[in-house]
Amino acid sequence: MIKHIFWMFLLVAGLAACGGEEKRTLPILGERDVVNGDTIYPTVPDFAFINQDSQLVTNATFAGKIYVVDFFFIHCPTICPKVKANGVRIYEKYKNDPRVAILSHSIDVRNDTVAALKRHADKLGVGTPQWHMVTGEEDAIYGIADNYFSVATKNPEAPGGFDHSGRLILVDKNRHVRSFCDGTDAEETSRFMKDIDLLIEEQFGAKASK
Amino acid sequence: MRPYLLFVFVAIFALAGCEQSPYRDGEALYKAQCANCHMDDGRGLGALMPPLAGADYLKKERAQLPCILMFGLADTIVVNGQTYGEKMPGVPTLTAVEITNILNYVNNAWGNQNGVFTLEEVRKSLETCK
Ligand code: HEC
Repeated sequence: MIKHIFWMFLLVAGLAACGGEEKRTLPILGERDVVNGDTIYPTVPDFAFINQDSQLVTNATFAGKIYVVDFFFIHCPTICPKVKANGVRIYEKYKNDPRVAILSHSIDVRNDTVAALKRHADKLGVGTPQWHMVTGEEDAIYGIADNYFSVATKNPEAPGGFDHSGRLILVDKNRHVRSFCDGTDAEETSRFMKDIDLLIEEQFGAKASK
Repeated sequence: MRPYLLFVFVAIFALAGCEQSPYRDGEALYKAQCANCHMDDGRGLGALMPPLAGADYLKKERAQLPCILMFGLADTIVVNGQTYGEKMPGVPTLTAVEITNILNYVNNAWGNQNGVFTLEEVRKSLETCK
């Protein structure tokens, strides 16, 4: 009997896996509300930050685009460089695709000035304006981290003085968060990049270029 | 039956172990203390983090390496022709044994063939740190 149940499980799991492989749609993440019988999905609120080229970056910057979000600071002694390395992989893959953008928020507003962000971008080899490295009001940056299911706070006890998650977050053109991964992990990031391709197909009806 | 199985397992593990780097302690320490910046494959990151894989710096500045690991480096340096100027924090809690382990891993991983550090050599270098 037990053996039977075991095989049933395997079969069900196997079928479920197949179904997922065939036509997977990314879920809309976050707690949803039902208002008057309509489901309301959480959306990324309005924001306004300044990027490495002193340009204003708002929701309008990403209108009609999907974008990848993370939180970092330049003098981060721990996970940031690994997340950045995986960010560079994403950048390299999509830098010629204007439908995809990257938005990296510095959580060290004191040190990571526009000039410092510019230098940082240059050293990473980021030459196109598709990857925005932004600074802004400290509260606004820490506040919006919540909407991206990320942690960003000051913590004098933490290495470098800040606590933050190394997540990469994928946002669709309707301001919905659709996927995320541990940006310190190369394999997780590979999976995440497949999700980006999937979202491109869903939202633009065409396969990812290249 | 059981003890026999156990033996097979141990043998398999031992064989699997052979395939890995001979500097297992150094590798574990490297992953914990250094890989965030220099990456698991030692390639570094753009013009921010210098590489360790194939880095000429390891050979040229061999005597400095123990001090760099322990006290960090805030200098403008050239590695394989590329200039780097970010700050590396040291790990002052490392012991001389741990530094020896890390250096032996780094200097013999990813195709590096820079020979072995002895504990003695590392201790001597550490005495010269500024
Ligand atoms: C927070 C990031 C960071 C961490 C952690 C880190 N390094 Fe570095 N490392 C750097 C930077 C940045 C430089 C360049 C420093 C400079 O220009 O003065 C550097 C330089 C070096 C150099 C000399 C240049 C080269 O590429 O050969 C060596 C050797 C080195 N690091 C080894 C290590 C080892 C071993 C560890 C772990 C114990 C480690 N580093 C941890 C960032 C880091």
